[in-house]
Amino acid sequence: MRITCPHCGERDHREFYYKGHALALERPAADAGEAAWDDYVYLRENPAGVTRDLWYHEGGCGAWVVVTRSTLTHEVLSTEPASEARA
Amino acid sequence: MRFSGLRVLKEGLTGNKGWRPHWRDPEPKPEYDIVIIGGGGHGLSTAYYLARDHGLKNIAVLERGYIGGGNIGRNTTIVRANYFLQGNSEFYSHSLKLWEGLEEDLNYNVMHSQRGIINLFHSDGQRDAAARRGNMMISQGDDAILLGREELRKMVPYLNFDDLRFPLYGGLYHPRGGTARHDAVAWGYARGADQRGVDLIQNCEVTGIDIENGKVKGVQTVRGPIRAKKVAMVAAGRSSQVAAMAGMRLPIESHILQAFVTEGLKPVIDNVITFGMGHFYISQSDKGGLVFGGDLDFYASYAARGNLPTVEHVMEAGMALMPMIGKAKVLRSWGGIMDMSPDGSPIIDKTHIDGLYVNCGWNYGGFKAVPGSGSVFAHLIATGNYHPASTRHRLDRFRTGRGIIDEEGKGSQHNLH
Amino acid sequence: MRIEGKGLIARDHRVSFTFDGVRYSGFEGDTLASALLANDVRLVARSFKYHRPRGILTAGSEEPNALVTIGSGGRQDPNVRATVQELYDGLEARSQNRWPSLEFDLLSVNNLAAPFFGAGFYYKTFMWPRAFWEKLYEPMIRKAAGLGALSGQDNADCYERAFAFCDLLVIGAGPAGLMAALVAGRAGADVILADEDARMGGRLLAETYEVDGKPGHVWVEEVLAELRAMDNVRLMTRTTVAGAYDHGTFAALERVSHHRADRGAGAPLECYWRIVARRSVLAAGALERPVAFRDNDRPGIMTAGAVRAYLNRWGVAPGKAVTVFGNNDDAHRTVRDLMAAGVHVAALIDSRHDAPEVDGVQMIRGGQVCGSMGGRGLEAITVRRTSGEERIQTDCLAMSGGWNPSVHLTCHMNGRPEWRRDIASFVPVPGAVPGLRAAGACNGAFSTAACLREGAAMAAAALEDLGIKVPQVATPDAEDTPYALEPLWAVPGKGRAWLDFQNDVTVKDVKQAAVENFRSVEHMKRYTTQGMATDQGKNSNVAALAVLADATGRGIPETGTTTFRPPYSPIAIAALGAGAEGKGFQPQRFTTSHAATVARGAPMIEAGLWYRPSYFPKPGETDWRQSCDREVGYVRNAVGVADVSTLGKIDIQGADAAKLLDFVYTNMFSTLKVGRVRYGLMLREDGHVMDDGTTARLGEDHFVMTTTTAAAGEVMKHLEFVAQGLHPEWDVSLTSVTEQWAQFAVAGPKAREVLNGVLDTPLDPTEWPFMSCGAVSVLGVVARLFRISFSGEQGYEVAVPARYGASLFDILVKRAEALGGGPYGMEALNVLRIEKGFITHSEIHGRTTAYDIGMGGMVSAKKDCIGKTMSQRPGLEEPGRECLVGLKPVGQDGRLLAGAHIYREEAEPKRTNDQGYITSVCHSPTLGHMIGLAFLADGPARYGEIVKMVDGLRGVTTLCEVVNPIFFDADGGRMRG
Repeated sequence: MRITCPHCGERDHREFYYKGHALALERPAADAGEAAWDDYVYLRENPAGVTRDLWYHEGGCGAWVVVTRSTLTHEVLSTEPASEARA
Repeated sequence: MRFSGLRVLKEGLTGNKGWRPHWRDPEPKPEYDIVIIGGGGHGLSTAYYLARDHGLKNIAVLERGYIGGGNIGRNTTIVRANYFLQGNSEFYSHSLKLWEGLEEDLNYNVMHSQRGIINLFHSDGQRDAAARRGNMMISQGDDAILLGREELRKMVPYLNFDDLRFPLYGGLYHPRGGTARHDAVAWGYARGADQRGVDLIQNCEVTGIDIENGKVKGVQTVRGPIRAKKVAMVAAGRSSQVAAMAGMRLPIESHILQAFVTEGLKPVIDNVITFGMGHFYISQSDKGGLVFGGDLDFYASYAARGNLPTVEHVMEAGMALMPMIGKAKVLRSWGGIMDMSPDGSPIIDKTHIDGLYVNCGWNYGGFKAVPGSGSVFAHLIATGNYHPASTRHRLDRFRTGRGIIDEEGKGSQHNLH
Repeated sequence: MRIEGKGLIARDHRVSFTFDGVRYSGFEGDTLASALLANDVRLVARSFKYHRPRGILTAGSEEPNALVTIGSGGRQDPNVRATVQELYDGLEARSQNRWPSLEFDLLSVNNLAAPFFGAGFYYKTFMWPRAFWEKLYEPMIRKAAGLGALSGQDNADCYERAFAFCDLLVIGAGPAGLMAALVAGRAGADVILADEDARMGGRLLAETYEVDGKPGHVWVEEVLAELRAMDNVRLMTRTTVAGAYDHGTFAALERVSHHRADRGAGAPLECYWRIVARRSVLAAGALERPVAFRDNDRPGIMTAGAVRAYLNRWGVAPGKAVTVFGNNDDAHRTVRDLMAAGVHVAALIDSRHDAPEVDGVQMIRGGQVCGSMGGRGLEAITVRRTSGEERIQTDCLAMSGGWNPSVHLTCHMNGRPEWRRDIASFVPVPGAVPGLRAAGACNGAFSTAACLREGAAMAAAALEDLGIKVPQVATPDAEDTPYALEPLWAVPGKGRAWLDFQNDVTVKDVKQAAVENFRSVEHMKRYTTQGMATDQGKNSNVAALAVLADATGRGIPETGTTTFRPPYSPIAIAALGAGAEGKGFQPQRFTTSHAATVARGAPMIEAGLWYRPSYFPKPGETDWRQSCDREVGYVRNAVGVADVSTLGKIDIQGADAAKLLDFVYTNMFSTLKVGRVRYGLMLREDGHVMDDGTTARLGEDHFVMTTTTAAAGEVMKHLEFVAQGLHPEWDVSLTSVTEQWAQFAVAGPKAREVLNGVLDTPLDPTEWPFMSCGAVSVLGVVARLFRISFSGEQGYEVAVPARYGASLFDILVKRAEALGGGPYGMEALNVLRIEKGFITHSEIHGRTTAYDIGMGGMVSAKKDCIGKTMSQRPGLEEPGRECLVGLKPVGQDGRLLAGAHIYREEAEPKRTNDQGYITSVCHSPTLGHMIGLAFLADGPARYGEIVKMVDGLRGVTTLCEVVNPIFFDADGGRMRG
């Protein structure tokens, strides 16, 4: 699998650490309530298709990268730095 | 038809003409009392125990492809009861006891073989954790033996005792652990359920779940609508898609787990061995292939195939731990879709929708749970009450924080369990 | 038998080899299979289940029968295909899976019991009496199963792994692959051409085709010469591309030394390649399929293409009177080639009534071979035709049921090949592997001309994708005969007709599976084991599918197909895991004091990837406890020195650095003054403790955080995630400096004295209170000093740039020794911290909350932080949770064990009575008895209660008193002093 780091270019996925869905970027307010926090920390859309997830270029530049890709084919559609990816 | 050695002899002498289908291929009826979505190990065993233990007959198992085609047919076949947290300990103990009578119960040789499992440890801290685990196993009534380095060497002299990167301190030995022939488990339950009147319906993908006023009414399928009083979702890696039909989001992320088998070899590995530092586990099948695996590929996926970094890591662990397997050749690799839960433990529960039940979150430990899962889930569906061996597998435990069962201690990141 | 003057072998290089101890000779260029056939050895193996005598079926890596063991000891290599193994002088091969000998195998009794050993028989029996399965039946089955054997010794060969990158990977060097490589090579693209064979050319080496008016193999040599001359083309022979993975990644195995008698010191036996290709052309050819008929598995029955290969490439006639049996025109070529070489052809049997005439041979049109006779090799066959059955004496049958395109790699990414009725075969679906195009026979184009055309065209298409100009390359002339066949899968009749030769799966088995409702192709495969042998069904899957389709009344496309999974052909674990043997499994990290520590005889233990000293033994000490107690005494009474460099160190700078810390720690750091240090507790977002450590404020915008050794990487990722993902607007930057600083703890009443010997300005105690920090000068080197303590004594940690670490350690230790102290290791460090009730990852093991470890009060009410909201879930704060306590045995000699569980004194030790467990124990030399840290239900409310520790594993029960986890100096006076 090859992932394009926005800073370093196309790299082997061995260089990356995987965290999970990019909804981790949408942290609720402390008082957002039980449901919002359950959604954020535990519940997952878990799509069979296009997803956005978070990869950390641990063996490279240290960037957190949002990767848009398919969970069915592993095709990578786009990548962007997490710092610029928040909705 | 009852299977036995005598029957095999008799059929052999008469040209093997008397064999009959192991199960029927019925047309779906318009209505059932209970519809089970998913004809894998857990779905089949649930149907079986609903019929056997609760006398229910009007049940359909709906399977998108062919029965037993999911993770029950692609795993490393390990059966064990060596957990250390409340919730898991009693559940897997219950499951192992069912395994121990499974052949007689099903009249099907699933080749359950209690070859013993050895979990290796490599530091004082790991030994302490193994001891905590072993002590829980004993207090649950199961078996565990703490092996020191020299006792370990006597049992498995071919491990790398001399220059392993993480030296061998010993192992936690679970003599009643072992393996079974995975496909046979699915077929045995399928046949048993079928004989008790359960309709197993293959090539019948569920496309919708009908809910009215908070109560489940039935399902839509590619073969038409089917009404049902109760619907049980047992869809493993596809659980999130099935639950979405009921408007639910589950605390599940689907990941790939690869596994490997080598060409057939004369017996060399008698036990099941697990190498914690390398996340590697291996046994030898009755056919002679070394069956082994390791960690997830780590990224969410439904592709049912993995990539090389994980392949290499698994092989590296094998070479580090037991260099004598170097010339064994990997014949086939495969990937399954694991329903990873955020504490590494399963969910077996009712839902907020009346009559809708969920069984998922098996991570990569679902095979050994097949008898237990079916038994406790059937109990829940039939009686509405939690089985004593499964009072803690609640869906709401993450929301409330009560009774989280995190054996790995990795927290809410699904792929770390 | 060898035919003079024929073949591409080196007749002037004779080599000698043994098979089952008998010496034979062959030539360089032979495979073991061709040499055995040349020596008229036909029986080479036994089958898996029935132990039937078996010979050589094919001439390639798909061989299901002729598996042998090469070598012995740590080099013993089981299940080697004789058809792939190149001959070398001194090669020693042995047959497998027979006892006592290949000729006389006792287990061939299984063959007589075949009626009872049908598909899935073992699922129906061996159940009674229950205990017999594990005691009798299973051991018997295990002993009988398996093919070759591992030696049981550590693998003695070297293996390598490598990466390669290219514009175009061409898989297979037959006519299609060579043309593809030629076109791409001339275009200047970076090309890798890989072929599993030792010699490139594919079927052009095995057939008598002409290309461009020359013999095929001559054309091959010319093309290879041109390719070799190109810097941009890499030719990889003996290299099997075994798997297709995401984004143009392929796994390949190069057999570097299997053909060498003398490998040379350190030369790898195999090299496992990861090839990343921007585009690829699959030119893997096709495999010929056998026909199922009664007893079609006898030695001497081979595929027709294999007979031609042995004849044309190796100059071997596999029989004296050969019969050819086929359902297609291609099989006729066998007759022509054999006759041209002077080999007697007994008959040509073509199942088609309208088959074209072949001159000079007895031809049976519309005939079918329906049986074979012979002991350990073929002697005769029975042919059925409309007029009746006829027996033909023959010692070799060349059979052809047509050809299957080698679609395997196109299935590796879940591609499902399509059925093509005209060639009665599956062909790849375009796009099944992104970037890969199939060309030639593997794409269903069987004529040489079509292969050449497709190879060129697919390479051109790939070049266009890559924006590389496509050169004009003329396609050479070659035969372009259409491929005509009439499907014939299984000849009807009694007896057993083999599909999967190795696993002994017959037509009957597949039919029985269908009767028993194993009608799905996956069910049939799993029930019968069809296609699960070492060839992964390359020889048999399509025929088995056809038999199943017939038995279930469906067409082949509706029946579907099982898939092929990586690897294409089996790969040794040693190759895929190369480099991991011994210490190679994971990197080793060493501190700057490592050499000095080892020199002092300290046993080193693993701490994550690091190595740390367990203890520093002194002469006369006989066990570790003595050393440990002495080292604890150093710290409690004088001074001890320990290397703490393995702890994670993260440099945090920026205007918003304090904000970040407030957000990742439960407690407040923005209020920390410059020059001060604070202990911090970090949660995961799910409210459980992630890590702890101290963070020092070196400047207004500059902090340095310490993590535990184990969690350094995890914390770094976490901080980066917060900084980049949650608060990119903050001005903060993070750098891991763990490796840049060597850091030493100096602890004990005389710590200051030791430090004053190295500090350029002596410490003023009023300026250096507990939890202070700052820059200092150590023997002229800019250093950092932190007054912190993990031992409960007056303690400092001094950090210098790593290059000074070794010498500073040396100096500190010498000074400590002069003051009655010395270095201390992990054992003493652990005792010191348990005495103080300080936690490590034994306690913060991922399941505990701040509340559980008695630090609930550290979660600041004044601010949000990671994990705060979720830590307030009802279940994480309520009574009944297991919380941290101390335990001490009732009576001085009581034994505590980490991992033991805790029960009420009177309770039976069973799970339902479980009250908690012990995490850390030690013998406290300070207190003179064992102490332990434990988690106990409602623990802090139970100080003074007597509980029972039970360790069922080790048979120890100890009554303990529940106490405060701080066993020593509860008010902390010593570390503040």
